[in-house]
Amino acid sequence: MADQKTIKRKTFECSGKLKQVMADHFLELDRASQSGDSKIAWCSSVGPAELLRGMGFLVYYPENHGAMLGASRMAADVIPYANAEGYSPDICSYLTSDIGAFLQEKTPLTKAYNISAVPRPDVLVFNTNQCRDVKDWFAWYSRHFNVPLVGVHTYREIGEIGYDQIKEIAKQIEDLIPDLEAAGGAKFDMDRFKEAVGLSKKTSQLWRACLETASAVPSPWTFFDATIHMAPAVVARGTQAGVDYYEILLKELKGRIKGGIAAIEGEKHRLYWEGMPIWGKLRALSEQLSGLKACVVASTYCNTWIYEQLDSAKPFESMAQAYTELFIVRDEAYKEQYIQECHDLYQFDGIIFHDAKTCPNNSNNRYGMPERLRGNTGVPALIINGDLNDLRCYSEEQTKTNIEAFIEQLEEGMV
Amino acid sequence: MTAMASPIFTGVDIGASRTKVTILDPQKNLIGRAEKKSGTDFSDTAVSCLESALKMANRSRTDIVKTVSTGYGRNNVTFSDRTKTEIGCHAKGCYFHFPKAITVIDIGGQDNKVIKLDEKGNRISFKMNRKCAAGTGAFLEEMSMRLDIPLEDMDSLARKATEQVELGSYCTVFSATEVLEKIRQGKKVPDIVKGLYLSVIKRLLEMDALGDTVVMSGGVVAYNPYLVKMVEERIGREVLVPDFPQYSGAFGAALFAMEGGI
Repeated sequence: MADQKTIKRKTFECSGKLKQVMADHFLELDRASQSGDSKIAWCSSVGPAELLRGMGFLVYYPENHGAMLGASRMAADVIPYANAEGYSPDICSYLTSDIGAFLQEKTPLTKAYNISAVPRPDVLVFNTNQCRDVKDWFAWYSRHFNVPLVGVHTYREIGEIGYDQIKEIAKQIEDLIPDLEAAGGAKFDMDRFKEAVGLSKKTSQLWRACLETASAVPSPWTFFDATIHMAPAVVARGTQAGVDYYEILLKELKGRIKGGIAAIEGEKHRLYWEGMPIWGKLRALSEQLSGLKACVVASTYCNTWIYEQLDSAKPFESMAQAYTELFIVRDEAYKEQYIQECHDLYQFDGIIFHDAKTCPNNSNNRYGMPERLRGNTGVPALIINGDLNDLRCYSEEQTKTNIEAFIEQLEEGMV
Repeated sequence: MTAMASPIFTGVDIGASRTKVTILDPQKNLIGRAEKKSGTDFSDTAVSCLESALKMANRSRTDIVKTVSTGYGRNNVTFSDRTKTEIGCHAKGCYFHFPKAITVIDIGGQDNKVIKLDEKGNRISFKMNRKCAAGTGAFLEEMSMRLDIPLEDMDSLARKATEQVELGSYCTVFSATEVLEKIRQGKKVPDIVKGLYLSVIKRLLEMDALGDTVVMSGGVVAYNPYLVKMVEERIGREVLVPDFPQYSGAFGAALFAMEGGI
């Protein structure tokens, strides 16, 4: 029987700095939105942020706002308003919670930063590498604000990526420039663009180094910690603030390893999280797993914001490469191999697949992968049904029992 | 402790629908058992079942060495020494009766489980139904109310079926609509009830691939044995059922209680 008791999560010394980075990000956007001094681009989370930075836009990420709506548990209250507008409960709940919140004139930014509304966009820029939903999501705002919607249409379910494909995506990114200039961005400046690409790469390298500290036994942090600390990797990539933050975080994580400080005291089981976080249940899941001495050491989700392919010497091409070689864009064979490599690095004993009701592209259990991975690696998997934001799709009691039973199963295997 | 009495071990399974208590002697004989609706006060129900089971075993509470609780209400049992999940307990209980590599199908009041065990009884994998009621006891309860048929009459009715009635949906509400449609079409009640059983079986068989030896447990199996026969026909081989299949979880919990030693 696993000893299940609530264990308080260890706090990070750099949490204050994290709050400052995020506050600076949102307050700068809010000031610009109100004054009109700087132009604002909304960008999908894995969109061409470096180009936007290079053209002087302040960049706002609706998916980050979606995650905040989930984590603050505001999502369930506002999703129905988007449903009522014809946006199905079965599509992305970031989309439905974000549009629902907008319709209700609500935002978690108010409580966090005393900001009354999300910043007004001058242009909306997507990359469908995540999903088609980001385009439909931004299209709603494009109609509402009467501002241009531009973006990159990716390939999907690809294995090997050829040069022609990279070249084509690079051209799509470059072709955004006239529209972005027309939307009020500064005239394209190659040096400024290259600088943003360089900073983004540096942020990615540091973020990867932070994530890989979890290969230490015991791990100095958990997936649940990383979902919080990844915020600058999303919103501050391409800026010096992002680089500075991860230098501090990395130092703290290395210090934890050196000092033998474990995220989970008595770490007994190491797990991999495949799929989206369940934002409204991060704390509950983290505490349950801590109580079971189980540390989620790695995840596909947090790894998504590693773009080490970026190269300021060939900015368009390397951006195309970075944003096309993503896990989510790839075929099943690539994904399986990727998780196996993660297994080699992090030495986890089990995988939790989160089957997110409204996020099929991030629910990788649906085509037999858990069974194949089990066959290839011997690592057992648990599938939990839930959602990133829509907690109407989540059964807490059933999930708790499933997790507890999974840990029991792992313990039986240790006897 | 009762004079000269051997120690006893207790398993308590507080399910979404019913609470079951088992008492084992040191030789792992089931000497006491009791069940009743879980109701709204799990602690009270557990105590009530315990008293009935002790009475059947002719023992007293002081004879109990250890108690393990399981099921949705496992944390509400005031006299429990520790908890185990119902997945672990059903596996344990079924393996005791059939000690080989088995696939356990448990149909509970609110959830189904398919649990695969290796020849040593270790869990290889398990799956629970998604959170909808399809294929669970709750589905049959809902349908018995809709059809105004006592739950206990369904098994004998299904056995009288002469025609195959297929229900296509896996949604309980949609299935209820389909049942109404079948009634309008003049289908006979026994055929519809058998169609409901078939719907439950289809939901079970799509959860996981089954191993060679299949064991079924749970309250639905205990009170609807014809359903087991239908599974056998469907998969083309015998299905093993332990004695008192509704007690498999509580039995497994009592076995876990015994593992701590006498």
